[in-house]
Amino acid sequence: MLVSYKWLKDYIEIDDLTPQEIAEKLTRSGVEVDIVHEMNQGVKNIVVGKVLECEKHPEADKLNLCKVDIGEEEPVQIVCGAANVGADQFVVVAKVGARLPGGMKIKRAKLRGQVSEGMICSLQELGFEGKVVAKEFSEGIFNFPTEIAPGTDALGLLNLDDQVLELDLTANRADCLSLIGTAYEIAAILGRDVKLPEVTEIKETKEKGSDYVSVRVEATEDNPYYGAIMIKDVTIAPSPLWLQTKLMASGIRPINNVVDITNFVLLEYGQPLHAFDYERFGSKEVLVRRAKDEEKMTTLDDVDRTLSSDYLAITNGTVPVALAGVMGGADSEVSEDTKTILLEAAYFKGTTIRKASRELGLRSDASSRFEKGVDPSRVKKAGLRAATMIAELAGGTVLSEVVEHNNLDVTPKEITITLDKINGVLGTSITNTEVNDILHKLQFDFEEDNNQYKVSVPTRRQDVQIQVDIVEEVGRLYGYNNIPTTLPNTATTPGGLTSVQANKRKVRRFLENVGLHEAVSYSLTTTEKESHFKDEGGYRVKVASPMSEERSTLRTTLLPHLLDALSHNKNRNILNVNLYEMGSVFSTEEQTVTKQPEETTYISGAIMGLWHEHSWQGEKKPVDFYVLKGMVEGLLAQLNVIDKAEFIQGEGKGFHPGRTAKLLVNGVEIGILGQLHPSVAKEWSLTEVYMFEINLHRLLMEEVEAIRYTPIPRYPAMDRDIALVVDEGVQAGVVESLIKEFGGQLITRVALFDLYQGEHLEKGKKSLAFSLRYQDPEKTLTEEEVTKVHEAVLNGLEEKIGAKLRS
Amino acid sequence: MLDRLQELKDEAITKVKEAGSLNELRDIRVTYLGKKGPITEVLKGMGKLPAEERPKVGQMANEVREAVASLIAERETRLEEEALTAKLQKESIDITLPGRPVNKGSRHPLTSVIETIEDIFIGMGFTVAEGPEVETDYYNFESLNLPKDHPARDMQDTFFITNELLLRTQTSPVQTRTMEKHEGRGPVKIICPGKVYRRDEDDATHSHQFMQIEGLLVDENIRMSDLKGIFEQFVKRYFGENREIRLRPSYFPFTEPSAELDVSCAICGGKGCRTCKQTGWIEVLGSGMVHPNVLRMSGFDPEKYTGFAFGMGVERFAMLKYGVDDIRHFYTNDTRFLSQFTRV
Ligand SMILES: [Zn+2]
Repeated sequence: MLVSYKWLKDYIEIDDLTPQEIAEKLTRSGVEVDIVHEMNQGVKNIVVGKVLECEKHPEADKLNLCKVDIGEEEPVQIVCGAANVGADQFVVVAKVGARLPGGMKIKRAKLRGQVSEGMICSLQELGFEGKVVAKEFSEGIFNFPTEIAPGTDALGLLNLDDQVLELDLTANRADCLSLIGTAYEIAAILGRDVKLPEVTEIKETKEKGSDYVSVRVEATEDNPYYGAIMIKDVTIAPSPLWLQTKLMASGIRPINNVVDITNFVLLEYGQPLHAFDYERFGSKEVLVRRAKDEEKMTTLDDVDRTLSSDYLAITNGTVPVALAGVMGGADSEVSEDTKTILLEAAYFKGTTIRKASRELGLRSDASSRFEKGVDPSRVKKAGLRAATMIAELAGGTVLSEVVEHNNLDVTPKEITITLDKINGVLGTSITNTEVNDILHKLQFDFEEDNNQYKVSVPTRRQDVQIQVDIVEEVGRLYGYNNIPTTLPNTATTPGGLTSVQANKRKVRRFLENVGLHEAVSYSLTTTEKESHFKDEGGYRVKVASPMSEERSTLRTTLLPHLLDALSHNKNRNILNVNLYEMGSVFSTEEQTVTKQPEETTYISGAIMGLWHEHSWQGEKKPVDFYVLKGMVEGLLAQLNVIDKAEFIQGEGKGFHPGRTAKLLVNGVEIGILGQLHPSVAKEWSLTEVYMFEINLHRLLMEEVEAIRYTPIPRYPAMDRDIALVVDEGVQAGVVESLIKEFGGQLITRVALFDLYQGEHLEKGKKSLAFSLRYQDPEKTLTEEEVTKVHEAVLNGLEEKIGAKLRS
Repeated sequence: MLDRLQELKDEAITKVKEAGSLNELRDIRVTYLGKKGPITEVLKGMGKLPAEERPKVGQMANEVREAVASLIAERETRLEEEALTAKLQKESIDITLPGRPVNKGSRHPLTSVIETIEDIFIGMGFTVAEGPEVETDYYNFESLNLPKDHPARDMQDTFFITNELLLRTQTSPVQTRTMEKHEGRGPVKIICPGKVYRRDEDDATHSHQFMQIEGLLVDENIRMSDLKGIFEQFVKRYFGENREIRLRPSYFPFTEPSAELDVSCAICGGKGCRTCKQTGWIEVLGSGMVHPNVLRMSGFDPEKYTGFAFGMGVERFAMLKYGVDDIRHFYTNDTRFLSQFTRV
């Protein structure tokens, strides 16, 4: 809502306050002023000029030579390029020495050999936005609608000395969508009176409105009030300057006197009105009904609309002539030839208007007000105000009696509340005198008896409905700043994280500390991207009308997002990238989703490039499967589930078939790790990438034993190293578990410390060297005891997998 | 004999002084103090002396022994020290060579902000509650006093999945979900961090996905002044001791009265600058007293219970804290951005 400071003064005494001061006060009490616009963007020295003569420039077709009276002794010659310039026009002249927006300075100039002493201006050149300039002047210079003495300062005439407050209104404060409403708000802050425009009843005429029109409302719930006022013998013309400039300051384009007046009253009262050309209305009956499905009409903006039975239509008894509360119809639009006006002042139900306006994508100044609820007691008044103005400015006669349908409830809302309740919610100790004062300032009628209030809320404040609304009104005018600062008198509660929450933090800390950067990416993605990892078929959760295909489907894996991030970095020549993400994935069992999908927290990581850069101490070391596996093992150890975990050789869509492991915990598969399949890597323009993805939710569900101290062994351990030669295909993990199996309880540690394949071995063989630790918690092991077990291990290995000691 | 002893002593002293290595010293010790050494020899010949001279010679022999022994010990220490110094000298390294690098990851700045805020509220007795990102219309809107045709729904353009399912536009549904679990009994003290979604075109200040932290305290006799008190504590701990707070009336459908919380601008100290748009204040969160309809729908008696709720944008907090100027940085995962947060 744009509020002209100068116009506002018609309704409230604010000469002692600057627009900035008003803005600050409004903002502090709950009506936020986004910005105070200066109408004048650096314009200086412009005057009214009268074009005395206008002829073509001898040297240039598109230029005109104008002799212009600018109130000085001699008329000046001005070269003007506007097509619409002509003799006898009253125009805006920027004199030599004048300034225009952007610091442009007007100088005496010679254009194609002709002297030009100044410039005849368009409104755009003076800083007006194109969308508020009347159509007839939008491509050329502006003409004043009436004669004005040449040389008169044009700044004030064009309202360029005004400032405009742009209100950023919250949905509840529809009352401030009008000058009068804003004035009431300022009045409440300052404790001043509001000056309302005088509205007189229609003078008795011989002909009655009802001789011309009848009103019938079928959709009474959508339309509790409809008033039709007939105005005869109007002359359509441009509005007077004061009216045009008020509309322009409010961001509305002047059209003609009748339409401008309806807009003026819309801004003044917040009540949308509509003027029909009675001759083109098509009947003598206004019938308000729900539109029919597929019913068609053309709105004022010349767009053909298809209506539905959810919308409300104003009809002439047969066809729609207006989309109620949203926009009028093109067929009954007021035009230059209009002589008789049917003026509509109505109250439409917000939700009905909102539905039509949203579905048709048609927002108008009218619909935005009806949606939020207009003041029921101002509907008819606004109609009368406009009718009076039309008679005055367009020279018509208003026929007596408003033809109406009326079952509108205009009783003020009554709310009872105690002073204790007010203070109890706010935590204040406001006195009844202070509350009385605030209610007076708000101009709310009330009775107070022994700190018991009965407040009667004016209909303009539709947002005040229940006790706490009164509390807020009192609070905001008392000043939130004056509310004390206290701490709750509530019972002490132990705050904290749940164990899952604490473990999630533990996981983050671990991964940060092993060198991964935490990534956060979008949950919305495409099925196409996920298809590299997920089989076709499964159902997905999709957004009904996505903003783009790219963000249309909820993710079921974090991996593509990490690849996007790797690829982003690689494109910027960052080649060593280590990332992890913790986030939700979404899965559904339903083809057409009807219930909330399953949301599961996943933890995923991706690494590429070098793990250690080449340094003076050693060669560079690229990332590989084992760097990744080390992280996952470390994570499992950190969460104390490593003993229940198992890595098995596996395959996964999108992964390298020979370099992939499934992670099992307690025998249940909960994750995958491995190298990204090279052909998938190519899709992202990547090469060697290693990644893991674990169902963290499942992982954190594992019962974890509390840490319990085990006595430090009192008896020495004995280490034996063995180098085994086995077939190439035998997995180290298998050998390790066999050693443990055959060694039994006395083996406390098995560590692989060497892997060899090469010339010193038979083809198809490899050597695995393990360090075995033997220890008995109860006694010192003898050489013989160890040897016995060790032999058993070696024999067992030989028997089971043909392992031989390397000689 | 005494002369001989004196002679031996002088001789030994000279040799000890001249000894250049530990080996030489060991030889000297063996030579002079050993069982076959000259001093022992002298003592052996003592039997030939008259009885009254024996103690004198014995005493002197011991003195000479001790003197030589201590001199050797002294010299030994010296030589050891010298040898060590020489060894250390040789072992000296160039400490300006770079250390062996360790890989260090980083915490995402949004996580960092969330954890910091969580911890502040945990310190004040709050617990952390979470909820689904795909919500029902009921929890996201209706239970928060936003019936289907409420105009304020426009404030949050929604990603609908079906007519009844949507991507949550706010973390507020966790409020009602948690209150329902409390079955009408206070106190409820929670904060709820999480991702939310709105149909905004991504640009420097908008993101279709962002994070919020919602807070809620419901109990008997909770007042708006308590909200101010809790905020003051929170702001001072998060933004710094010398920051001031200010509440401004506002509107949210689920609170009444409603307020925006402003914090005094740290950059200009409240005098007005570009960051605070010359106002001296920075808007940080929306808040208010829980609307009676919300309490009632979640099973709390609004006659008995009151409460306050607040919601803040995590990205905004991170942008203020770290001076980040484009919200898209948080979701691009450029490691040149992320690695700047290794220290948090
Ligand atoms: Zn500042």
